[in-house]
Amino acid sequence: MASPQAAPGRTDHTYEVRGLSRVYGDGPAAVHALRGVDLDVPDGELIVVLGASGSGKSTFLNILGGLDRASSGTVMFRGQALHDASDAALTRYRRDHVGFVFQFYNLMPSLTARENVALVTEIARDPMDPGEALALVGLEQRVDHFPSQMSGGEQQRVAIARAIAKRPEVMMCDEPTGALDSRTGVRVLEALQNVNRELGATTFLITHNMSVGDMADRVIVFADGAIRENRVNRKPVRASELSW
Amino acid sequence: MRGAPLGVLDRKVLRDLWRMRGQVFAIALVVAAGVSIQVSMGGLTVSLAETRAAYYERYRFADVWAPAVRAPQPLAETLRALDGVASVETRIIAPVLFELGGEGPPPSGYVQSLPHDGAEPAVNALHLTEGRLPAPGSSDEAVVLDSFAAEHGLAAGQRMTITLAGRRESVTITGVALSPEWIYAIAPGQLAPDPALFGVIWMNEAGVAAATGMSGAFNEASVRLLRGASEPAVRAALDQVLAPYGAAGAYGRRDQVSDAFVTAEIDQMRTMTRLLPPIFLIVAAFLVNIVVSRLVAVEREQIGLLRAFGYTPVQIAGHYLKFASVIAVLGLAAGAAGGAWLGAQMAGMIAEYYHFPFLLFGVDPAGYAVAALLALGAVMLGAAGAVRRAARLEPAEAMRPPAPADYSRGLGAGLARLKGLDHQSRMVLRQLLRFPLRAGLTGLGLAASGALLVCAFYFSDAVEAMVEDYFTLANRHDLSVHLSDPRAMGALDALAERPGVMEIEPFRAEPVRLRFEQREVMTALTGVVDDPRLARLTGPDGETIAPVPGGLVLSRDLADRLGVGPGGTVTAALTRGARPELALQVIATPQTWVGSGAQMRLDDLNRALGDGDVINGAVLRVDADEAAALYAALKDAPGIAGMQFNAEARRTFQAIMDESLGTVIGVFILFASVIALGVAYNAVRVSMAERDRELASLRVMGFSRGDVSYILLAEAALITLIALPAGLAAGALLAWGMSLSMSSDVFRLPFVISPASFAYAGLILVVSVALSGALVRRRIDRLDMVKVLKTRE
Repeated sequence: MASPQAAPGRTDHTYEVRGLSRVYGDGPAAVHALRGVDLDVPDGELIVVLGASGSGKSTFLNILGGLDRASSGTVMFRGQALHDASDAALTRYRRDHVGFVFQFYNLMPSLTARENVALVTEIARDPMDPGEALALVGLEQRVDHFPSQMSGGEQQRVAIARAIAKRPEVMMCDEPTGALDSRTGVRVLEALQNVNRELGATTFLITHNMSVGDMADRVIVFADGAIRENRVNRKPVRASELSW
Repeated sequence: MRGAPLGVLDRKVLRDLWRMRGQVFAIALVVAAGVSIQVSMGGLTVSLAETRAAYYERYRFADVWAPAVRAPQPLAETLRALDGVASVETRIIAPVLFELGGEGPPPSGYVQSLPHDGAEPAVNALHLTEGRLPAPGSSDEAVVLDSFAAEHGLAAGQRMTITLAGRRESVTITGVALSPEWIYAIAPGQLAPDPALFGVIWMNEAGVAAATGMSGAFNEASVRLLRGASEPAVRAALDQVLAPYGAAGAYGRRDQVSDAFVTAEIDQMRTMTRLLPPIFLIVAAFLVNIVVSRLVAVEREQIGLLRAFGYTPVQIAGHYLKFASVIAVLGLAAGAAGGAWLGAQMAGMIAEYYHFPFLLFGVDPAGYAVAALLALGAVMLGAAGAVRRAARLEPAEAMRPPAPADYSRGLGAGLARLKGLDHQSRMVLRQLLRFPLRAGLTGLGLAASGALLVCAFYFSDAVEAMVEDYFTLANRHDLSVHLSDPRAMGALDALAERPGVMEIEPFRAEPVRLRFEQREVMTALTGVVDDPRLARLTGPDGETIAPVPGGLVLSRDLADRLGVGPGGTVTAALTRGARPELALQVIATPQTWVGSGAQMRLDDLNRALGDGDVINGAVLRVDADEAAALYAALKDAPGIAGMQFNAEARRTFQAIMDESLGTVIGVFILFASVIALGVAYNAVRVSMAERDRELASLRVMGFSRGDVSYILLAEAALITLIALPAGLAAGALLAWGMSLSMSSDVFRLPFVISPASFAYAGLILVVSVALSGALVRRRIDRLDMVKVLKTRE
């Protein structure tokens, strides 16, 4: 990081967020996407983030993932400040620490499954073998297929493999099942849960699907740019037991 | 769509245009370049041809000239009675030296007699720009050619000294004039007009006749033909009548030097007009194709929606055609305006060398209509495929996202086995192989630009080679002296003994008609020494090709016109003395870039003509330190009809070429860069638009801007790398075509391209692509990662 600052409190928190606000535009047209959010995120949790469209959940994750910047407040990642990091520092942060999974997979159509994963492992500090990452999501048979030859669920699992192959400390999944049917969606969630358990990466999972919350260690509900509910789930269920 | 002055869809057209303004601008610029060449060069071709036609008609420019040595005046009536002849004027033309003071080489030229005292001749009238014709009965008044007068500051009322037939005379200038015979006022055998050293004056016949001993006689008849008359028939008849009087052979406008140059100029412009605009318009069509295809692909769902609302396929097609046609109209407007301006500039430049009483650059409505049709046609053609696809989209189909691009087939998939390749490069290569047509067309566009650039620099190489060949290799003398009559070899000694003369070589040049089978050309047959060193015809390695006894060395252009090759025997009909007809075997046909040459041994020529051991000119190498003294002495020497100075000729030619060619090359480079910029910018821009999600994903994953730029720009770089050699090769081909199509009777463009030209062309191309890349690179920096990832492709 460009200007690491000493962590004020506990060190087993992945994130410590204080007074986080994000305003788009200014004057009467200003949109307050986040209004002073405070949150501590313990290491290794699988956190399901719920909330209506426009509630601020994606903005929150984008700032934590280093894709966007806060207007005010602080975000500490393991004692390092993200809120005033330079563009290059944020690029390095994403490269070294964060794995992203998107609703629309965002695979490179011109690369095979293995190559899509290798794209990330080549620039990572301590990556796993692309084949290993694909095996973790159950795609060992499809490594040499192009995205156009795979189903949506398979493509999403390649995206997950791509995200985990660098052994990230954080996984950011923005509606990873949004474009999938229920059965395929469950398979994708299983893969995410496995990865979370096996790699211990703190995992954020944005969804509109309330029932997904049952598999989480923690459920956070956003409304009007603030956290309305922050609930610990004592007994998370296995993803395979979910249905909707 | 209907009713409102600007329908919603039309507003969408405007917004799309604005949103894509960079690409729209680039394409419009390419269209504008093509249109402006069409308008300027096409307009100028027509303007020049029409101006010339009007000038010739109004000033009764001759159709045929029939020179003789000395024909009795009453013969004019016989000539007027010939079939096909409308009017005839006879006159006396004599070489003249001017004495205008100054240190430099003395100017020379011609005096032409005016057949009717105080009145315009019926053929080859003068256009007085100042003063009046010589007064009736005057023998010491003269009208001076406009360009010569301007160069030397001569005006009506001044007196000047001339040497006519060895006699110095003082004449009063009464006027300054232009003549249709001297639009391009160039001394015989010269490359470029030099008003400092060459001039023409007109005097009443009596004065010229008295000075030259030609009273009651003439040495040239100029003839205008009746409409529909056969020029060859009239020339044959003239030759028959004038044969006893030393007829050198009548010739038509094709062989009239000034007109030949004007014709060559018009032909060259016509060639450019035919060759260049299509290149630009094809490139524009291709760019429109890329951009509209992309637009239609992006707007699939919107099209589906519109179709679902009840818009017809025709309305959909019309929408995208409007988008394309606005680009065409923008390019057309800019091109028409730019072309009119460029045309006016070029007309101004042409008017510096080609002297017309009026040269108005204008483009008739038909010219603009042609340009409009071409531009609109090209753009519509480019848009056609994409527009058809848009119109054919079914609503339900259109609202489903298109199937993802399939990279699993073809060459690209095989790249998986290439181990050494990093993944970014793999993406670049697969993208290229996935869309080979677009990559190919982009490559073609860049190659076209490279070709134009090579061609631009080629002109300069060709001229340099021409100058080098003509002034350094073939003509190594400093000065050529022409005598007014054949003189005995003793004249040579007199010249050789003058101070400053280092080397001298005599020659005898005589008008001749060369015939081979059915073809005939008129030229000068030059008798040269056995081993010419100063004025030579040279082989490919610069070696002298000297005539052997009984043999003729014939420059390639004349050999081609006759259809004869080495070994063939041509008939050389001489017009002096007994008018012998010689059978000469062609021993070699060396290439000459400037002018023509027909050489035989001086001894053979003199023997054939039977008038003794004579010469009528010499070429000299001169000590630079004593040149001024030599020139001054030669001015007063008797029997010298004219002198030509190589250094001055070279300087003049170089200056003209630097100016006119410099402009042409500049315009070429500008336009070629426009193509390169337009093509490269659009290719990179579209590629970026298509892959912004990919690129943003890479940024999200932690790839730097540089990494992402690499993927985008490496594609353009790779295409450039392939297009570059192809473009240079195509440029060589284009240059070769130019060397063929722009050659005229007067000169031929050698096909030589220097390594530096290729290097410059390549450099400009690469810089243009790099510039386009830099423009798009800024967009990578502004890539909105969040927004892009939120949207479905």
